[in-house]
Amino acid sequence: MNHPPIPTPSAGTEPPIRVEKLTMAFGSFVLQRDLTFTINQGDIFIIMGGSGCGKSTLLRHLIGLIEPAAGNVYFRGVNLWQADPAEREAIIRRCGVTYQQGALWTSMTLAENVALPLQEYTNLKAGEIADVVAFKLALVGLAGFEDYYPSEISGGMVKRAGLARAMALDPEILFFDEPSAGLDPISSRLLDDLIVQLRDTLGATIVLVTHELPSLLSIGTNSVFLDAASRTMIAEGDPKMLLKTTDNPTVKAFLSRGELNETTA
Amino acid sequence: MPQAAAESNAANLVYSQPTAGTLTLHFVGDWRLRHQPPTKDGALKKLAEAAELKRVRFDADKVTAWDSALVSFLMAVDNACRERGIEVDAEALPDGARRLLNLALAVPEKAGARKAAASTPFLARLGKGWLALVADAKATVGFLGAVTLGFSRLIRGRARLRGSDVLLLIQECGPNALMIIALISLLVGISTAFIGAIQLQKFGTEIFVANLIGLSMVRQMAASMTAFVMAGRTGAAYAAQIGTMQVNQEIDALETLGISPIDFLVLPRIIAMVVMMPFLYFFSNVAGILGGMLVAQVMLNISPVAFYFQLVSALSIKDFVIGVLMAIVFGALVAFYGCLRGIQCGRSAASVGLAATSAVVGAIVAIIVANFIFSVVTTTLGL
Repeated sequence: MNHPPIPTPSAGTEPPIRVEKLTMAFGSFVLQRDLTFTINQGDIFIIMGGSGCGKSTLLRHLIGLIEPAAGNVYFRGVNLWQADPAEREAIIRRCGVTYQQGALWTSMTLAENVALPLQEYTNLKAGEIADVVAFKLALVGLAGFEDYYPSEISGGMVKRAGLARAMALDPEILFFDEPSAGLDPISSRLLDDLIVQLRDTLGATIVLVTHELPSLLSIGTNSVFLDAASRTMIAEGDPKMLLKTTDNPTVKAFLSRGELNETTA
Repeated sequence: MPQAAAESNAANLVYSQPTAGTLTLHFVGDWRLRHQPPTKDGALKKLAEAAELKRVRFDADKVTAWDSALVSFLMAVDNACRERGIEVDAEALPDGARRLLNLALAVPEKAGARKAAASTPFLARLGKGWLALVADAKATVGFLGAVTLGFSRLIRGRARLRGSDVLLLIQECGPNALMIIALISLLVGISTAFIGAIQLQKFGTEIFVANLIGLSMVRQMAASMTAFVMAGRTGAAYAAQIGTMQVNQEIDALETLGISPIDFLVLPRIIAMVVMMPFLYFFSNVAGILGGMLVAQVMLNISPVAFYFQLVSALSIKDFVIGVLMAIVFGALVAFYGCLRGIQCGRSAASVGLAATSAVVGAIVAIIVANFIFSVVTTTLGL
């Protein structure tokens, strides 16, 4: 891979992502304020919270699609929005993103989808690109589907193909927006397993937006909980530990699917 | 007899007032939606008339069948009773109906949740409309700037777009549009010739129908008719394609890869349109003039050869140059508005429809304005 050199002052020690006093707002409407958290190397980091609390919007801030109304996002110590645009683009390119609906480019085949980032950012020849594409598609269990269009495969396959595209440039950080939304329990479980394996084998850091309890409790190692009512984060840490230790009724209700009495008894 | 049987089974409501403070509502017959049960108005009127009422009792012993018709009626009456502080006795209802009623009344209406039919004052609406217009103008100019920067990247060979996309788009907006453009232009040529023929016959100058058709097609109709057709079929398609990509987050996926959607989606579309418009323009001319020739032959008995020589004498290369220029500008406007509305599209299916509509409207208005500017400039310069 030939990523352009990134000015990382202390790449070894700085965490992949650090968020400081982030405020997200649409015009004068503040969605969330004062978000401060750190995503560490090798984390499977969960962004959780009820519907409409701003989870996906936070994701869009982390991948540089939206400039924060206030506060900072640091990538390995580099302030994303104080870096010049070329540098910011280079940083963001080290991230892979999979979207809620897959967001594959519908006018291209799966192979072309995965190949596009490689064509743009590497000097590989067509034959080599085809090999990398075949490998990435095989990793997500889609070997042989190179020439299919997104409309010809199932929803679960679209998501996995989206993951293959996100992994095209061997990203350091993989972002997932609601990976298991719309999947049956078994496909969703398989996707979870795949995420853990990718973390372990690629050494990537994973950031997941989800409210699927089984998924976040089984694979999450760190998290932040966004609350729609108080418009800020009200908990962070390993979701499994949070479930046991939290005193916050909102977090507790969320993690125990509203069965407050059962868990407090 | 079946008539009577049906009537006896029809939904009905009977009131009885055993004591001054108690009203009993006896429901009778088939209370189902498709049997048109009585409306609640009668019952509500009854409630309002009885001033001393303390208690309302529902009695549904004689109901033969029921569905939501009965329960929604009960709910309306129950709500009215609560407002007046009247106690409701629902014991004599069928078990299922009573439980449904309790379920419906379990969560009281959230105060303030109901949307008030707010009437905005005229001045406020005027102001909002004006602000929206200003914001839209700003966004349009911003998009124009982004497209210009995109073309400057393209010239320097640094724009990221796929050649195969451009070719596909060219096929889509060129050859695939030929039939409809041929048909429309032929009809425009024929009807212009008809109108002209009748007028020219009065002066005995029938041969000038060739001048009329030639000039009107080459200088005006071919370019604008082609542009209108393209606005309807291709401009709308661009807005819908890019808008759907916006809904599916495909545009986000491009941006996170650092690929500009302007380069990747907008430039190929504008290029395809600008490249194909001159060809479509010439094709439209040929079809329109053929239509004129047909009318000249049939109505005025002017032979195609005579028509042709008159036509050649009437037109100069300058007319074609102006026509082609107009066609290119109109095509660029159609593609520009299609892409602009697509990129601006919101994130729902409805907004894709809106994007397509406003792309066509915007393009047509822009074409007419540009056409006006062309006429003023060419007339002033004596072209």
